[in-house]
Parts: sequence; C-alpha cells; structure tokens
Amino acid sequence: MGITLTDKAVKHVNNFLAKRGKGIGLRLGVRTSGCSGMAYKLEFVDEINADDLVFDSAGVKVVVDAKSLPYLDGMELDFAREGLNEGFKFNNPNVKDQCGCGESFNV
Amino acid sequence: MALFQIAEPGESAAPHEHKLAIGIDLGTTNSLVATVRSGLAVCLNDQRGRSLLPSVVRYHADGSVEVGFDAQKNQAVNPRHTIVSVKRLMGREEKDIAHIEAMPYEFVEASGMVKLRTPAGVKSPVEISAEVLRALKNRAVAALGGELVGAVITVPAYFDDAQRQATKDAARLAGLNVLRLLNEPTAAAIAYGLDNAAEGVYAVYDLGGGTFDISILKLTRGVFEVLATGGDSALGGDDFDHRIYCWVVEEARLQPLRPEDTRLLMMCCREAKEFLTHNPEARITARLSTSEMVDLKLDVATFAAITQTLVSKTLQPVKRALRDAGLRPDDVKGVVMVGGATRMPQIQKAVGDFFAREPLTNLDPDKVVALGAATQANLLAGNKTGKDDWLLLDVIPLSLGLETMGGLTEKVIPRNATIPTARAQEFTTFKDGQTAMSIHVVQGEREMVADCRSLARFELRGIPPMVAGAARVRVTFQVDADGLLSVSAREQTTGVEASVTVKPSYGLADDEITRILQDSLAHAKDDAMTRALRESQVEARRLIEATEAALAEDAHLLKAEETAAITAAIAKLRAAAAGDNRRQINMAMDDLAFETQEFAHRRMDQSIKKVLAGRKVDEIRMGEKE
Repeated sequence: MGITLTDKAVKHVNNFLAKRGKGIGLRLGVRTSGCSGMAYKLEFVDEINADDLVFDSAGVKVVVDAKSLPYLDGMELDFAREGLNEGFKFNNPNVKDQCGCGESFNV
Repeated sequence: MALFQIAEPGESAAPHEHKLAIGIDLGTTNSLVATVRSGLAVCLNDQRGRSLLPSVVRYHADGSVEVGFDAQKNQAVNPRHTIVSVKRLMGREEKDIAHIEAMPYEFVEASGMVKLRTPAGVKSPVEISAEVLRALKNRAVAALGGELVGAVITVPAYFDDAQRQATKDAARLAGLNVLRLLNEPTAAAIAYGLDNAAEGVYAVYDLGGGTFDISILKLTRGVFEVLATGGDSALGGDDFDHRIYCWVVEEARLQPLRPEDTRLLMMCCREAKEFLTHNPEARITARLSTSEMVDLKLDVATFAAITQTLVSKTLQPVKRALRDAGLRPDDVKGVVMVGGATRMPQIQKAVGDFFAREPLTNLDPDKVVALGAATQANLLAGNKTGKDDWLLLDVIPLSLGLETMGGLTEKVIPRNATIPTARAQEFTTFKDGQTAMSIHVVQGEREMVADCRSLARFELRGIPPMVAGAARVRVTFQVDADGLLSVSAREQTTGVEASVTVKPSYGLADDEITRILQDSLAHAKDDAMTRALRESQVEARRLIEATEAALAEDAHLLKAEETAAITAAIAKLRAAAAGDNRRQINMAMDDLAFETQEFAHRRMDQSIKKVLAGRKVDEIRMGEKE
C-alpha cells in the first residue's frame, strides 16, 4: 500500500520545492481537529523524524509519521483545478465522511 | 473537496483557518492580483486565463458597472462614461491634474477631490478605483476558495498622503482589509530580492502605464535599504501611445477628431506599440466616424525616433537618484525592469546603455509588483515563509529644515535620509536679551524659505535674557516609521521646551514633489547667490545693530567728527543692505568696520579699566594663573 502521487502532483511538488530552494520532500499527516474530527497536514519537509516513514513516489520523498499512516494508507494525492482555485487533493479511501468543505474528515 | 497548499514544516493551518492574503498592483492602465501558494508567489488569473485586469470602469444608466476587458472593449464607443487611468485622479483636486482638458470626462465642481458625472450618478475616483479593486477581490476569493485576511496594495513611491488615503478608502469600499500600502518599486525589489537573493546595489526602473519611478536599493543578506528614489508622475507607456497618436494625426493630416475617434486611434496606437516589441513594423488601420480611413506603417526606427525625448526624460530622474545615493551608474549591480512599457526595445537599450549592463527582465515586468506585494501580504498575514525575514527601510522624499535669519533654509534632515531618523542641531539668539524664538519648519530643496513649503510654526518662550549668540537652543527633528515628523526645541541652560508634530507629506501632490526637486535643480546657482546675498544682509544688520548699541552706550569715547564718520558709514551700509548688490554690502561693511576700529579699541580699554579698578596687582596675577 502506502501513498502515491499523481503525475500532476509530482510535477507541482517538484516545482514548489525547487522555487523554495530547500527541503527534502513532502509531509502528509493527520491530526485531530476540525468539524469532522480529523484534519490533513500538507507541509514541506526539512528534516525526517525518528517515527517517520518515507515513501518514494516518482522521485518525490513522501514522509508520513507512524501515527498518521493508518488514516492515510492507500491514499493518492492529486493536483487539481476547480474553477479559479487550484491545489492538492487528497483521494483517501479511508474516509467515511467529511465536512462540507472537505478540510476535515472522519474514518 | 478542499484543495490544499503545501505549508511550511509545522505550519499547517487548522481547518477553515487558512490565512489567505493577496497583493494587488493597482495600476494606471492595468491591475493585477497575486497570492502565495505553496510558498510560491503567483498571479491569479481570470476565467479566461488572463492575469491583467484593465483598470477601466464603465457605468451604465441602470447602475450596473463593467470593469476590465468588457469596459475597455467599449471605450471607443462611449469614452465619456468609460473611465480609464483613474489612478491619475486619486486624491487630487481639479487644478492638480495634468492635461485635464484632454480627458473626455464630465467633471463635477466639488471641493477637494474631483468627481465625474456618469450615467449611474456622480462618482469619485475612490469609488471608481473601488470597482477595480472589487473585481480583483472577487477573483481572489474565487481562486483561493475562502475569505481574505487582507491585502497589500501598491502605490507609486511619490504618492502623497491624500493619494494614499484615497487608495485605502477605495480598498475599504471594495471590502478589503488593507494590511499595508507598499511602494511599487519596493514591491518589485521584494519579488526579485527574495527570489534571487543577490546582494548589491540595484536600480528599479519602473515605467508603468502612467507613472515612472526609479529607486536605488541596496540588498544585503536579504535586508534591503532604499538609498534613493525619484520619478515622474506624469510619464508612462500611455505617453508613448500618445506620441504615436500625434504622429498618426500628422502623417494622415487629420482634422480635429471626435472623442470616440481619438479613443479608437489611441487603441490602434497602443496595439502598434505592443506589436513593435517583437516585430520590425506595425500597420495602423482605422475607419473613423467621418468614414475617413487611416492606413499607415510605423517601423521600429521611426517609433524610436518619435519617442526619443520620452526615453531620455526617464533618464533624468535616474541620474538624480544616483547622485542622491552618491553612486555612479557602474556601482549598480543590476537593473530591475518593471512595468509593461519596459518591454519596448528602445527603453531596454537606453537603460542598458546608461548603466552599461543588460537590464534584468527574468520576471514578467507586468507581474513583479503584484508578486512582491503578495509576498509581503503573505508575511503580514502571519504565514511563515521558510526564508529569513527582512527589514525594509524607507526614505523621506524632501529635505526637512527650518528658517533662519534672512529667510534662509537650514536643512536638518536631508532628503533621502532613511526613516525612522532623528537629527539635532543647535541654534542661538540673534539679538541681545532675546527671550523667544520662532521656529518655522519647512520642507524642500531650495535655499530660500519662500521657495520651500511651510509645514509648521511654533515658538519657544522663556529663554533667559542673554547677549546675542549666548543661548543654546537645541532643535531636534524626528521622523518616525510612518513618516510623521515631530520637531522639538529646548534651551539647554534652562531646559525650557516647545514642540510640534506634523505630517510632512500631507496635502503634497506627487508632481509637486517632482516640481520642487526640479526647481531646486534649475535654481541651484541662483539659490547659492541669493543665499550669499542674504547672509551678507543679515551680517550687515547685525553689524549695524551692534554698532548702534555701542554708540548709545559709549558715545562719550568719540570725538564729534568720529561719531559723524561712524554714523555716515552706518547710513551707507543700511542703504547698501536694502539693495541686492552683495559686493556693495560687503564693501560698506568693511568701511564701517574700519571706521569703528578705533572706537572698539577705546571701548575695550575702558572695560578693562572698569574691571581692574580697585583691585590689587596680586589678585589680577592670581586670576591670570587660573
């Protein structure tokens, strides 16, 4: 299983990392907060912690902490454009329901 | 499903708490909006993928409003009610606006800022600008998928308080929270300085649609300081269109045109200008309302020739700013080009030749200002950037000083001093027993107070009576980070104090600043001579007063003919000082000094005798030893 990135996501992550000038990869995680219980984390990675798991998706290092992994396993990260908005999209098979906007979710 | 942006490590926003901030370049011709996404500043495009929004507003009788391309498309049809370049009207009175007679609008008599009559009612420039800002805000809200924390809006470096306030009012009217107004060249420097992180002195050459700004900046380890600024608020790409237009009218031998034809031709001229950036020749064709046909070919060489004066006009403020910064063209490590007009090859060549280096054009010159504004907005909204934070120093545009005897200006803080700043200078009394001092705070570059701008007056009272020149009055000028000036005066021996606070830029239009600077340049030689003359006159008056005081006290020391000679010399000097022949004044002063030499000796002897009278020789010797 693990976590995968779509081609579009890979392209954008690499572009943002290059423009930022530093960072070794992309961190995905969950934390408890928000209206439906859980919220995603999406951050640049400058250092890898002891309890982190590192996946490789088409050359991008994807870092997930051990606690978050069960909620994210099997997930695909996409980059999408909706109207004028654009950004990363979590296609998470573990999600049972989510709040209206999708910023927080439940498993 | 929500769309996510990548945050800095540990900075992921809680759900529904994204700090969305935007940067807006509110331009004379075009406006843009940008934001920082996943750490990268990007311009936000409209539905059709266009980042520019023409700063054009069209009002309809039913109260509806068109903004941008839709309004621009129809501007030839209805020029009177299609408002372009409204930025030139912001915070201005009718008399302040250059070429107001050439504008097709119906101005409404009003005190303060101009107002325009439109089919939807009388509108102020603030309301019109608010329409442009609202369109950009709506675009940003749609693109970011949430409410905005705030916006950084850019303004020309020379915008005064009234113009800045008008811009803020427009933003508020559009429902935007203004995080800060930022000078356009500074925003461009932020975009370049941070993205490229190159150290050294840079010039930002910003030729927009309607304004020209030059800034000399110094970048050191991400900290940058504005060394000098300059510009011309009535020079931009529009003027190049106008030059082509004049050429067309002349070449085609056109009779005076109706407004819609003027507008149509101006549009053709702008298209021709843009076409010439990448092509050797442009064709200008138009059918006028008189069914007259215009069909001309304009080549690059002709275009360069007819716009030569405009190009060199931009180089004057460049030279001046460099001189202010104490630099030569070869001290500048790079030249940042900003504004769509810098795409013109003749501009790039002239700037390249002046600095003897290729100007930097690696960021889109139309977008750099918005990108820099977005970068700052992101920071001000409280988002971490992962880069070192930077400090930005600003400068005062005109020297601040006070009036001294003879109507002369004494500069206390020179122009282009970085703010915040505080400088103090000591002044003294002019007359014996003078107990009050009037302090007149002025702003400007000229030597004479009459040629400068008066900011404030206040009085310092309670100076103990002393002989002229004995009092020590320390005057401190302090300019805080917001450009607010406070002046305080303190007599050092007694500690009596008085102070005043003023806003130096209040009510000062940007072309007024330009005019003040140009005047000071044009009158530099005159001013130096006037100053010398005034100094002689002040000295003459001081000498006359001192002599008359001495005569009143010690006339008994003089023979009648000596008194007569001195009185005659005084009369001669008084007559000379009333005129403006400095040589004559100086000669008369020499004459009076000569006539009073003997008198001075006798007075000296007399006072020594007074001091020594009744004292023993020993006491005097001891006194000497001390």
